[in-house]
Amino acid sequence: MSHRVIESEWLAPEVRRLVVEAPHVVRHCGPGQFVIARATSEGERIPLTIAHADRQARTITLIIQAVGCSTRQLCALEKGSEISDIVGPLGKTTDIEHVGHAVIVGGGVGTAVIYPQATALKAKGNRVSAIIGGRSRPYVILEKELGVICDAVYPCTDDGSHGFKGFVTERLKQLIEQAEQKVEMVLCAGPVPMMRAVAELTRPMGIHTVASLNPIMVDGTGMCGGCRVQVGGQMLFACVDGPEFDAHKVDFRELADRLTTYRDQERVAKGNHPCRSGAAAEVR
Amino acid sequence: MAENGKLKPAERMKIQRQAMPARDAGVRSRCFEEVNLGLPEQIAMEEAKRCLECKDRKCVTGCPVQIDIPAFVTRVAAGDFAGAAEVLLNDNALPGISGRVCPQEKQCEVLCIRAKKGEPVAIGYLERFVADWASEHRNGHVATLASPTGFKVAIVGSGPAGLTAAGELAKKGHEVTVFEAFHKPGGVLVYGIPEFRLPKEIVRKEVESLKAIGVKIECNVVIGRTYTIDDLMKEEGFQAVFIANGAGLPVFMGIPGENLKGVYSANEYLTRVNLMKAYEANSDTPVLRAKKAVVIGGGNTAMDGVRTARRLGADPATLVYRRSRAEMPARIEEVHHAEEEGVVFQMLTLPIEILGDEKGWVRGLKCQKMQLGEPDKSGRARPVPIPGSEFEIPCDVVVEAIGTRANPLLTQTTPDLKVNEKGYLVVDADNMTSKAGVFAGGDIVRGAATVILAMGDGKRTAATMDRYLKEKAQRHEGGSGKTGGAGIPSVGRQ
Repeated sequence: MSHRVIESEWLAPEVRRLVVEAPHVVRHCGPGQFVIARATSEGERIPLTIAHADRQARTITLIIQAVGCSTRQLCALEKGSEISDIVGPLGKTTDIEHVGHAVIVGGGVGTAVIYPQATALKAKGNRVSAIIGGRSRPYVILEKELGVICDAVYPCTDDGSHGFKGFVTERLKQLIEQAEQKVEMVLCAGPVPMMRAVAELTRPMGIHTVASLNPIMVDGTGMCGGCRVQVGGQMLFACVDGPEFDAHKVDFRELADRLTTYRDQERVAKGNHPCRSGAAAEVR
Repeated sequence: MAENGKLKPAERMKIQRQAMPARDAGVRSRCFEEVNLGLPEQIAMEEAKRCLECKDRKCVTGCPVQIDIPAFVTRVAAGDFAGAAEVLLNDNALPGISGRVCPQEKQCEVLCIRAKKGEPVAIGYLERFVADWASEHRNGHVATLASPTGFKVAIVGSGPAGLTAAGELAKKGHEVTVFEAFHKPGGVLVYGIPEFRLPKEIVRKEVESLKAIGVKIECNVVIGRTYTIDDLMKEEGFQAVFIANGAGLPVFMGIPGENLKGVYSANEYLTRVNLMKAYEANSDTPVLRAKKAVVIGGGNTAMDGVRTARRLGADPATLVYRRSRAEMPARIEEVHHAEEEGVVFQMLTLPIEILGDEKGWVRGLKCQKMQLGEPDKSGRARPVPIPGSEFEIPCDVVVEAIGTRANPLLTQTTPDLKVNEKGYLVVDADNMTSKAGVFAGGDIVRGAATVILAMGDGKRTAATMDRYLKEKAQRHEGGSGKTGGAGIPSVGRQ
């Protein structure tokens, strides 16, 4: 069964939002979960967060950054076109409880991960603050949508073209120090260095911090073990044990390193083949 | 040429076992084309004449699906290939697959009376011959189907157990839907076993013939995530479910360095190459092409891994196994083929650490030499480390093929499925799980086993499921007095 694209738009440079038919997926999916998609019948399997699920319309929203060729294929899809394969929902859902004040931190397309978490956290009666970052103004996504759900949204840009000038971690530090209501929990998703920095910031403060990891993956059902990560010295599989883990226990250095496995192949192949993307697994 | 029936035993005894024509080892160690080329008709008939048609028929007892071996072999000897196909396909729905991947030397052929004083009849070669003949000559041949029973049966997984059960249940008139997690059906037959041992075209044809008899195949559905077993039974209207989702998660050795770049589980390595076709130049899915590869393990998966590495250019491609050649569980033919292809066998060797360079890439495997000691629980000699025998094998890719453990995905969402201490499903004599109407077979029950044992489970479980459904219908009928129509199975020719 192929999946029709119902809506397609650029959210930011190189970042596309697709709403696609996925009647199987919407049945049980929750925040934190992902799908694996293949643009064409010959395509690579690419893990993508379910940014939103519409049970009535039986569609899911995917937010994709064109980093490799397989993700470029997905980003090129216009309304009315079709995605060959979508399987899911995969991974465990986010553990959502009433904690009081929760902060969600999204970097780049990682903001797609925290969006459904915001909704779920709010539904449990939490105060929810969102800190979202991007290189410059156009790269900050979902600000308006999060604004509808969250109690506060703090955009951050590296160049100061929008919101706070600086890294999301700096803004997070400010928020933790100055918030009227004590921050009890931090959820983060984004580039590995960002998640590591968030973890290092909150570790000495003893704030429970959860990171949504984005390792290389093939099947997403536990079969390949490619997504193995070290958490508290244990080898766990992001697809069946995660993708969310206690950020204070994750070996981010190793995760970042493993994500570079196919970088050279992609560089070499770019000249003679339009699509060789191992780095594609990084998009989540 | 004498008729087979007229050949005297002494004459048959004189015929030597025929060799399987194979692609040149030098050529095939650089490509993914099938190694074995199949027996020509005359050679197959000659081989079949070696069967003494003994009364004992021990070969049949060694076959997990109880193929009537002498019946099809004697038909081959007589040149009645259509007759042979009829017999074979009646007993085994997927002979083109089992003829290629069964460990015949441990099942049927080891029991062949001729093996006592020489070489057994090449039953595996003949099975493959008949299967390939049937596939070429029986196009459009549709199995006889029982009239529709009105029962809906769900099958979880489209590997050897699932496909076999699907065929059997469809022939009995049930409406069968197979759910596959990957985007392509076939399970281990497509992601695990390489093209050079089992061409994917054969699997595709088998799947097509199942569709032709009404089996529905839904890919990209993960039972346990997309749907639960309860969804299938309570909301989707399936009266019975057969769980055949395979062994699951790869086991890693637990030695230092396993998360270096260049370390794969055999599952990942083979899936990238076989299912995702990473060996093709224009594949979208990457795989590391090792200059020097080491594959750890001694089973068929290890053999598939090391021969794949060889084909992707590794020189040397080394197999590291902690016991000796004699204890290797792999099929003998694969071991021979690997050897011919230049695979280096490093036996009695235990990996103790994967070594990395400063950039996080694999640069070698640190090992320790072993010697064989007293037999262990499995009856095989226990390998014991030799102190001070550490050494290094330089390599840039390491593939671990040391086994799998149960996938928790499905049992997590179906808590009323009883599992054993290792997480595998517990079943009764009918292969029914602790949940009424839910059956299971293949690796999710056995742990990592063989394709043919999975097929055997599929076949046997299809029979018990059929009986379960019919008994259920009778109970229903007794209560409501309803006769005929949907829901009441009618027995047709099987």
